[in-house]
Amino acid sequence: MNRTTHPPGHRRVPHRKGAAPAAAPAPGRTPARRRPASQQWAAWGFLAPVTLYLVLFYAYPLYRNIDLSLRNYTVRSFVQGNAPFTGLDNFRTVFDDPTFAPALLHTVVFTVVCLVFQYTIGLALAVFFNQNFRLSATLRGLFLVPWLLPLIVSASTWSWMLNSDSGIVNAALGMVGIGPVNWLTSPDWSLTSVIIANTWVGVPFNLVVLYSGLQSIPTSLYEAAALDGANAWQRFWRITFPLLRPVSAITLLLGLVYTLKVFDTIWIMTKGGPADSSTTFATWSYQLGFGSLLPAFGPGAAVGNLLVVTALVFGLLYVRVQRKQALS
Amino acid sequence: MNLRTGTWWKTALGLLLTAIMLFPVYWMLNVSFTRDQDMRKSSPDLFPADPTFAGYRAVLDDQLPYLATSLVIGLGTVVLTVALAAPAGYALAKLRPRGAGVFSFLFLVAQMIPGIIMAMGFYAIYLQLGLLQSVPGLIVADSTLAVPFGVLIFTAFMSGIPGELLQAAQVDGARALRTFWSIVLPMSRNAIVTVSLFSFLWSWSDFVFASTLAGGGAHEPITLGIYHYIGNNNQQWNAIMATAVVASLPATVILVLAQRYVAAGVTAGAVKD
Repeated sequence: MNRTTHPPGHRRVPHRKGAAPAAAPAPGRTPARRRPASQQWAAWGFLAPVTLYLVLFYAYPLYRNIDLSLRNYTVRSFVQGNAPFTGLDNFRTVFDDPTFAPALLHTVVFTVVCLVFQYTIGLALAVFFNQNFRLSATLRGLFLVPWLLPLIVSASTWSWMLNSDSGIVNAALGMVGIGPVNWLTSPDWSLTSVIIANTWVGVPFNLVVLYSGLQSIPTSLYEAAALDGANAWQRFWRITFPLLRPVSAITLLLGLVYTLKVFDTIWIMTKGGPADSSTTFATWSYQLGFGSLLPAFGPGAAVGNLLVVTALVFGLLYVRVQRKQALS
Repeated sequence: MNLRTGTWWKTALGLLLTAIMLFPVYWMLNVSFTRDQDMRKSSPDLFPADPTFAGYRAVLDDQLPYLATSLVIGLGTVVLTVALAAPAGYALAKLRPRGAGVFSFLFLVAQMIPGIIMAMGFYAIYLQLGLLQSVPGLIVADSTLAVPFGVLIFTAFMSGIPGELLQAAQVDGARALRTFWSIVLPMSRNAIVTVSLFSFLWSWSDFVFASTLAGGGAHEPITLGIYHYIGNNNQQWNAIMATAVVASLPATVILVLAQRYVAAGVTAGAVKD
């Protein structure tokens, strides 16, 4: 029964009468309700696997994560599963940890600075590539490469480029008379280094999304403005930027959610160090749970849950903005 | 934004910007061919004048098992993702059950959960089930990166299939499953390609799940292969970068062969048409 779908209406009566007995083996359903009900059943039949999947592989891991953060787990009780319930103790431990304030600060700085640069560079490039010159489509395609590369590849390449002694970046800076910078090994520069690498990874996403936003701005507007004597700068600020605001909001919110959870790039380049100078909530959570011989699963999960809540707040904001735009 | 006034200097500027953007990729290639004795020069060679293939030989010697594991996991993730997401997309787009809105919302939110949190939950579960360091375990974990995206793509694409086509089939007595299998699925080729490409790439590139769920096991993917390389032989950067080049091949091939699918995937969900 749940494999049968009846179209709503538009059926000839004789046909329907002939089909009804064969297609309705399920008992207890009146003919009047059969069609919508059978479509419901069919729909849920198709949704059943993914529903089960969501429960088993999203809801349950999330639940386990919350459970981890509310109990006092040790390696032994982690295996045996009989850790005592300790309420919000793990959260208290995390808040009192000397790493908390720096990690919060680094998360905010990392996210905001990456977003500002990714968006600005992405928008500038989108406006540039929107001018359809020769090769523009090919070059725009090539710009996607950094976004598609595995993060381990981009992070290790940047690690070597930023190497203090043999890196190309310090060699180039040396040619203009700037002394070697200890990009990855100095606490003053490690956060800057991971921001540079992550911005490089994020620019293509901003470019592609903003470019597709630009495509929907009618060219007649620019032609009219040009007739009125508006220069390129004025056309950008009076037409492009205001009309791109909905797409910009979406890009920035999505970028925010993505940047908050960046882990690979930072962990591979600096492991959050030296001396926690590039630790964010994502790397701290991993550090607590997996980064040492004595794992602190409880506090690690607590940090992770703080991150989930933050991501979800902005995620819901994103959904709201998108809904509003879809309605308008 | 006049369409046909493209001038040579714009192309030149575009080439320059692309060159700057792709410099790290060039540098990865350059270093992969650099000899050990040239690696620590204070001013690195901009071009491998005496190229060496030692790095690539090291890849062949050390990294083939990792690459094979990643390939198996990637393909497994593709199959699992499409098998779960395509029927769900069909149901949400064409059968519209009660609560379809809630579902779409859940998939959107699911994409925003940081991988590191999922990894910790999976670790706790797999530890009990004995699935740590197993290939199926990693396939399931990696698929969580792509299933919500896949459902959204399939839903959006299948909504565009004209309803008359499906109704005609149903009047003929075809059942929903046959409609799905013989009409909807063949017509959704583009969506299948897009979802497959992205689920493969994400699974191939995954580091978070690999390092938490597969670390130290017999079947480690290529991302861990590179990671161990960085940790173990800090000196042989040509081997590290050669592995990185090989690990980048799927992304490059996909970009060359299927650029329009990639661009469609990036903007999907972010921008409404």
